[in-house]
Amino acid sequence: MAVNYSAKEEADGHPSGGVGVPGGGAVGGGGAVKTRKPDNTAFKQQRLPAWQPILTAGTVLPAFFIIGLIFIPIGIGIFVTSNNIREYEIDYTGTEPSSPCNKCLNVSWDSTPPCTCTIDFTLEHSFESNVFMYYGLSNFYQNHRRYVKSRDDSQLNGDNSSLLNPSKECEPYRTNEDKPIAPCGAIANSMFNDTLELYRIDNDTRIPITLIKKGIAWWTDKNVKFRNPSGDTNNLTALFQGTTKPVNWPKPVYMLDSEPDNNGFINEDFIVWMRTAALPTFRKLYRLIERTNNLQPTLQAGKYSLDITYNYPVHSFDGRKRMILSTISWMGGKNPFLGIAYITVGSICFFLGVVLLIIHHKYGNRNTSADIPN
Amino acid sequence: GAACNSKRKVEIGNKVASNSIKTSKYNFFTFLPLNLFEQFQRIANAYFLFLLILQLIPQISSLSWFTTVVPLVLVLAVSGAKDAIDDFNRHKSDKHVNNRPVQVLINGRLKDEKWMNVQVGDIIKLENNNFVTADLLLLSSSEPHSLTYIETAELDGCLCVSSEVKCEAPNNKLDKFTGTLTLRGEKYALDSEKMLLRGCTIRNTEWCFGLVIYAGPDTKLMQNSGKTTFKRTSIDRLMNVLVLVIFAFLALMCLILAIGNGIWEYDKGYYFQVYLPWAEGVSSAPYSGFLMFWSYVIILNTVVPISLYVSVEIIRLGNSFYIDWDRKMYYPVNDTPAQARTTTLNEELGQIKYIFSDKTGTLTQNIMCFNKCSINGKSYGDVYDLAGQRIEINEKTEKVDFSYNQLADPKFAFYDHSLVEAVKLGDVPTHRFFRLLSLCHTVMPEEKKEGNLVYQAQSPDEGALVTAARNFGFVFRARTPETITVVEMGETKIYKLLAILDFNNVRKRMSVIVRSPEGDLTLYCKGADTILFELLHSSCDSLKEETTEHLNEFAGEGLRTLVVAYKNLDEEYFEDWIKRHHVASTALEGREDKLSELYEEIEKDLMLLGATAIEDKLQDGVPQTIETLAKASIKIWVLTGDKQETAVNIGYSCNLLNDDMADVFIIEGSTSDDVLNELRNAREKMKPDSFLDSDEVNIQFEKSSKKAKLLPDEQANGVYGLVINGHSLAYALEGNLELELVRTACMCKVVICCRVTPLQKAQVVELVKKYKKAVTLAIGDGANDVSMIKTAHIGVGISGQEGMQAVLSSDFSFAQFRYLQRLLLVHGRWSYIRMSKFLKYFFYKNFAFTLVHFWYGFFSGFSAQTVYDEWFITLYNLVYTSLPVLGMSLFDQDVDDRWSMLCPQLYVPGQQNLYFNKIVFVKCMLHGIYSSLILFFIPYGAMYNTMRSDGKAIADYQSFALMAQTSLLIVVSVQIGLDTAYWTVVNQFFIWGSLSVYFAITFTMYSDGMYLIFTASFPFVGTARNTLSQPSAWLAIFLSVTLCVLPVVGYRLKAQLKPTETDKVRRYIKEAKKRPPPPSPKRRLRRTSTRRSGYAFSHQHGFGALIMSGRNMRPKSPFATTGTFSPNSDKNKHKGL
Repeated sequence: MAVNYSAKEEADGHPSGGVGVPGGGAVGGGGAVKTRKPDNTAFKQQRLPAWQPILTAGTVLPAFFIIGLIFIPIGIGIFVTSNNIREYEIDYTGTEPSSPCNKCLNVSWDSTPPCTCTIDFTLEHSFESNVFMYYGLSNFYQNHRRYVKSRDDSQLNGDNSSLLNPSKECEPYRTNEDKPIAPCGAIANSMFNDTLELYRIDNDTRIPITLIKKGIAWWTDKNVKFRNPSGDTNNLTALFQGTTKPVNWPKPVYMLDSEPDNNGFINEDFIVWMRTAALPTFRKLYRLIERTNNLQPTLQAGKYSLDITYNYPVHSFDGRKRMILSTISWMGGKNPFLGIAYITVGSICFFLGVVLLIIHHKYGNRNTSADIPN
Repeated sequence: GAACNSKRKVEIGNKVASNSIKTSKYNFFTFLPLNLFEQFQRIANAYFLFLLILQLIPQISSLSWFTTVVPLVLVLAVSGAKDAIDDFNRHKSDKHVNNRPVQVLINGRLKDEKWMNVQVGDIIKLENNNFVTADLLLLSSSEPHSLTYIETAELDGCLCVSSEVKCEAPNNKLDKFTGTLTLRGEKYALDSEKMLLRGCTIRNTEWCFGLVIYAGPDTKLMQNSGKTTFKRTSIDRLMNVLVLVIFAFLALMCLILAIGNGIWEYDKGYYFQVYLPWAEGVSSAPYSGFLMFWSYVIILNTVVPISLYVSVEIIRLGNSFYIDWDRKMYYPVNDTPAQARTTTLNEELGQIKYIFSDKTGTLTQNIMCFNKCSINGKSYGDVYDLAGQRIEINEKTEKVDFSYNQLADPKFAFYDHSLVEAVKLGDVPTHRFFRLLSLCHTVMPEEKKEGNLVYQAQSPDEGALVTAARNFGFVFRARTPETITVVEMGETKIYKLLAILDFNNVRKRMSVIVRSPEGDLTLYCKGADTILFELLHSSCDSLKEETTEHLNEFAGEGLRTLVVAYKNLDEEYFEDWIKRHHVASTALEGREDKLSELYEEIEKDLMLLGATAIEDKLQDGVPQTIETLAKASIKIWVLTGDKQETAVNIGYSCNLLNDDMADVFIIEGSTSDDVLNELRNAREKMKPDSFLDSDEVNIQFEKSSKKAKLLPDEQANGVYGLVINGHSLAYALEGNLELELVRTACMCKVVICCRVTPLQKAQVVELVKKYKKAVTLAIGDGANDVSMIKTAHIGVGISGQEGMQAVLSSDFSFAQFRYLQRLLLVHGRWSYIRMSKFLKYFFYKNFAFTLVHFWYGFFSGFSAQTVYDEWFITLYNLVYTSLPVLGMSLFDQDVDDRWSMLCPQLYVPGQQNLYFNKIVFVKCMLHGIYSSLILFFIPYGAMYNTMRSDGKAIADYQSFALMAQTSLLIVVSVQIGLDTAYWTVVNQFFIWGSLSVYFAITFTMYSDGMYLIFTASFPFVGTARNTLSQPSAWLAIFLSVTLCVLPVVGYRLKAQLKPTETDKVRRYIKEAKKRPPPPSPKRRLRRTSTRRSGYAFSHQHGFGALIMSGRNMRPKSPFATTGTFSPNSDKNKHKGL
C-alpha cells in the first residue's frame, strides 16, 4: 500500500503562509477533469508584441543636433523679442535721502492727510504700442504660507453666510470689534493702496495720461472667482451690512470705486492684489495706457512725472516699491532669461553632439560584440 | 477489519478538537476592525497615521487633510480588498473541505458524514484515492501483506473492548509521533509508521480503517501550515535601509528649513508683521522654526511615499502570477503548473549565487535502469547505425522485443538487439550472467495475479538488475528462506539458497551460495570493481582488461557499475565452511569480524563474468540545466543522503563534475585534523597564495575580530570540484573549521556533500548564508529537504512526486528540476530588473517631486508653502504616475525569454546586485535633486517679473504651481519612457493615458463649475486656461523637460561606450533578427580518459540475514515505497555521526 501526499489538493484549503495562493483556483481535486495547464495568451506568457527601441549613437546624436538646431533659433527669436520690449522702471520707495519720496518713507496706514510725492523722469525712447503700468514690490512675501491661505474664497465669491461668518483661515483678520471683516484675511488687509498718476511734461505743462483701470484682472477672476454678495448690486452698502472694513483700509470695500461694476469684491485693483505672487519680488498690473492715436506712439520720448499718493508703508520690512511702464510682446513682458536659456541649451546640445560624435567615432566600435553561443 | 463502537478514548494532552478547520481570519463583522488593526501595524501605514495627526494640529498643518487621507484610504482599501478576497477564498475552500463526505463507523455500521463532523476517537473508512480526513491510526486495510503496522489479528474486532490511546500533544513534526495503545491491559507502542496523516491520499488500496487521533487544527498538516518564517529579500532589506536614509535626509532638510525659518522670522518675518502677524501662540522666531520643522515633515513626506510599499507588493504579485501562468514550467505528465507560493521574493530569484540541490527525486528520478553490460568481454547496450556510428538513444529508437518472454516487464526498455540474440542462442556466459542477476540479490517478489510480478527491492539498483534478468528470460519468481524459484528461459528451476554473504560498506559486495537443481554448488558474487578485481582468479586477467575498458566507458557516462563473478565450490570445502559459518553467526562475541573473515575466505579466485551498468535516471534536462546555470556563474552544491560513490557518479552523469576539471577534491577525513588538512591542501592547490599574510582575505580576517563576517569571493586558479562526506562535514561544520570549509568550498565550482542529514543540509546552507554575501536557493522534493528549503533565502519544492512537505515549506514549486533555469534566468532576472528599475524610477520621481518644495522654501520665507496645488500632491503618486511605472515593472524585458536562456551571462549583474544598490540609489537621488532644481528654477526664471501677452499676471503663485507641476509630470513621463525597454500597447496606453488624465483632471478641477460647487476646495479656478494658453509657459515647460532629459540621454550614450552584457546581447539580437535563430547546441557524448570507478550501489547491510531468517521482508515505512526518504540514507546518516 502506498500513500501519496497530494499537495495541491489539500493545500487549496489551507494557508500557505504566502500572500495568497494564485493559480487555477480550482478548489479541491475531486473529479475535476479541467487541466491546470495555464492559458496560452500573449499576456500570460509575456509575449505581448512590443517595440524595443535601443538607445544608440545613431539615434541620439542626430537628436542632439536637431535639438541644438531648433533651440538656437527659438532662443534668438525670444531674445530679440524680449529686447524689443520697451520697459521703464522707477523705484519710488524713497530710501535714499535724495529721493522725493523720502519724506513719505515712514508713513503709516492712517496718516492724514496722505503723503504725496512726485518723481520726474525721462523716457529716452517712445513706447509705440499699448503701455502697461505696473507697481512692483520687493521683499514682500505674498507667497508666505500663512499669508496665501489667509482668505475666504467663499466670501469673495459672494456667499452670504461666509460674508457674515468668514473662514477661520482669515485669523487674525477675521473679525474686528465683533463684526466680520469683509473682505477678511491678511491678503485683503494688506492691499496695495498707493495711487499713481502719470503726467507728460510738455513745455512745463503737465498733461495727464489716461490710465484705464478696468481690464487688468483675469476674466475668470473678475467673472467667476470674485462676486459681490447676491442682492441688489446697485446698493452695495446694504449688501455689506453687518460687516466691517479690513483694519488697514481707510474705507470699506463697497467704496473702492464709484462704478458699480468695479466696486466691492469685483474691484479689479482688489482682484489683482488677491492673486498672490509666486515670489517675494513681483509686479502687478496697475493701469493700462491704450494707444489712441495710430499716428502717435502711446508714450512718446520725453519728460514725464509720476505723482504718488504714498499710503503703503514698506520701509519697516525693507520692502521696495516700483512703478514700471512696459510694452508687451507675443510672449509677454521683458524677460531675457528664456531667450538666453534657449540659446545656451541649444549651443550645449550642439557642442555635446560634436563631442559625443568624436568620442563615438574614436572608441565606439570597440567591445561591442557579445559573447553569444551560436 | 470489523470493529464495533465502544468506549474509545483518545487522550491528547487535554483538549479534543472536531475535524472542522478554519483557515479564514475574518468574518463579515470583524473584517473592518481587525483588518485595519493589522494594517496599522505596518510601519508605513502607522507613519502616515502619524502624519495625519500632525496635520490636525492647526499651527503645523501645512497641507489639507485630504493630501494624506486620500492616499492612505486608497492604500488601505487596496490592501483591504486583497485581504478580503484572500479571506473569501479561504472561507470557500474551508467550506469545501469541511463538507467533504467520509464514512464513519458508528455502532458497527458505516454512516456517511461530513468531514467537519468527524471527532477524535471515531473510526473511519477510507477508500482508494480518498483524501485522508484527519491524522489516523491505521487499524486495518485491504492490503494485509504489505502492512507492518499493528498486527491485524490483534485488532480485528478488538475495539469492542475498552481501549485507550494515549499520544503526545499535537505538534508539527511530520515524521515523529509517539503514543501508546492500551488494549486489554496491554500496551502497544505507536509511532509514525502506523499513522496516516491528513493531506495524504490513499493509493493502491481498496479500503482501510483508521482511528482518528488528531482532528482539524490539531493535525500535523494544520500544525505545519501557516507558521512559515517570513522571508525578506535583500532588496527589502536594502529598501528598509534606504527608507531610513531617506528619513535622515528628510530630517536634515526639515532641520535646514526650520533653521532657515527661524532666521527668516527673526530677520524679516518679525518686521513683516505689519502685513502678516505671527500665528497665534507663536511668540519667537525659534518657536516658529520648531513648528515649521513639523510642517515641512508633512510637506516633504512624499520622499518616502506610502505607495512605494503597495506598488512593490503589486509588482511582486504580478510577477508571481507570471510564474503560475508560465506554460513552459507546466508539467503535463502530472498536470502540475509552477506555483509561486510566496509572492514576496521574486526579485531575489534574479540574484541567486548558490544553489543547494537535493539529489534523489530532484536531479534524479530515483529510477534505476539496466542500461548496459559487459559479458565475457563484450559490451552490450549501445546502438549503432549501419555505418557503425554510435547513435544516441531517444524515444524513437527501436526497443528490443521481449514478447518471447511471457513474464517480461513491459516497462523495461533495452535497445541493443545483439544481447537478446546472445541469450536466445544460449551463449553460456550470457546465461550465467543473467542467472547470477536473478539469484544474487535480496529482492522480494510479489505475484498478486498469475504472471504479474512485482519486485519489492530495498535498493532500486537491485530491482533494476533483477528486472533486467527477468526480461532477458531469467525470471526470479519466488523465494523462501531456503529456496529461490527462477524461470529460466521458460523452464522453472528451484535453487537451494545456502547462504547469503551480505553486503556492507567495507566489503562493497554481496554473494549468494546456491545449489542448482542439477546439484552444482555455486557462489555468485557482485560488487565494486575495485574490490572484486582483487578477488579474481588469475585466469581472468585478459578478460579483466577488456572488462576494465568497458567499465571506464560506463563510468565516463556516469553509469553505476557493478562487477559480477562466480565460483564453483567444492562440496567438501563448503560443508566445512558452512559449519564454521553457522558457528560464527551464532557467536556472541565478535560475530561481525568472524563472519567477514569467513566471507573473505570463500570469496576468492572468482571467475569474472562481466559488469553491469545501471543508469540512475536523471530527470529530463538536468545536465543541460546544470550547464546553463553554471554558465550563469551559479555555484551548485548537491546535498544528498546518498553514499559518496553514488553521489559522485551522479555528479558525473549530470555534468556537475567532468574530466575537464582540474581536480576533484575528496574530503573524507574521520578526525577533525584530517579534515582540516584535507581542506587546507585543497585550498593550497586552488590558490597557493591564500595562505600568505598578504592575501586580502587573510588581511581582512586579521583586521576584524573573530566574529562571523562576510568573506569576499576568492578566485581559484582553475575549475575544481569538492566532495565531502557527512562524517567529515560534521567536523567541518564545527568551530573554526567552519571558516576553512567555506573558503575552500566556495572556491570550487561544484560541491557535493554526501551522507548528510537533513539538519546538516540546513547547516551547510546556513554556513554559506553566514559567510557569503550571496543569495542562496535550496531545491528539493522530500521531507529531508524541508530544513534546507526553509533555511535558504529561496526554497524551491519539486512537486508531484515525493510528497507535499517540501512543497508546503517552499516558496516556489514546480514539477521538474529543469524548470529551475527558466525560473531563475527568465522570471528571476526579469523580476529583478523590473524591481530595480521600479525602485530607481520611484525614488527618482519622488525626489524630483518633493525637493522642489525645498528650493521654494528659500523664496517663500521657509513657510512650508507648497509649490504645487494640493490636489496635485494628492494625486501625483496615486493617479498621475502610478500606472506607467507599474506598466514598466510588469511588462519590461530587456531581452526575451529565449535569449535570456541562451545567454546565461545576462544573469551575472543580478548576482552582483548591480542594478539597484546604494550607489544606484545615490545616483537616483542626485538625478532627482538635479531635476528638482531645473523644475524649480526654469519656471522661476521664466516668470520672474514677467507678464502674459495681454499684460496681465502670470507670475502669480497659481500659475507658477501649474507650470512647475506640468513640467514635472512631463519630465517624469519622458523619464519612464526612457526607462522602458519594452513598449507594449499597455505601456503606451498607461503613459499617454496618465498624461491625458492629468490634463483632463487639471482642466476639470480648475473649471468654473467645480469652483462654483466646491468653492473652498478648488481655488485654482481659471489657472489652467490662463496659463497654458501662453506660449511662454510652454516654452518654459519644454525647456525644463529638455534640460532634465538631455543629461540622462547623454549619460546613457556615454555609458554605451562601455557596453554591458545586456547591451551587447541586445545589439546582437537586433542584428540576429534578420537571420534564423541559432540552433540549440548539440550535446556531445562524453568520454573519459582517466580511470575512475563507476561503482555505486544503494544497498544497505542486513537484508540477507532478514531473508534467511524467514521473516517476510516488508517496507519499513509506508512512505518508503514512494521514496519520501532516500531509502539508503536514513539509516546511515545517523550512524555516520
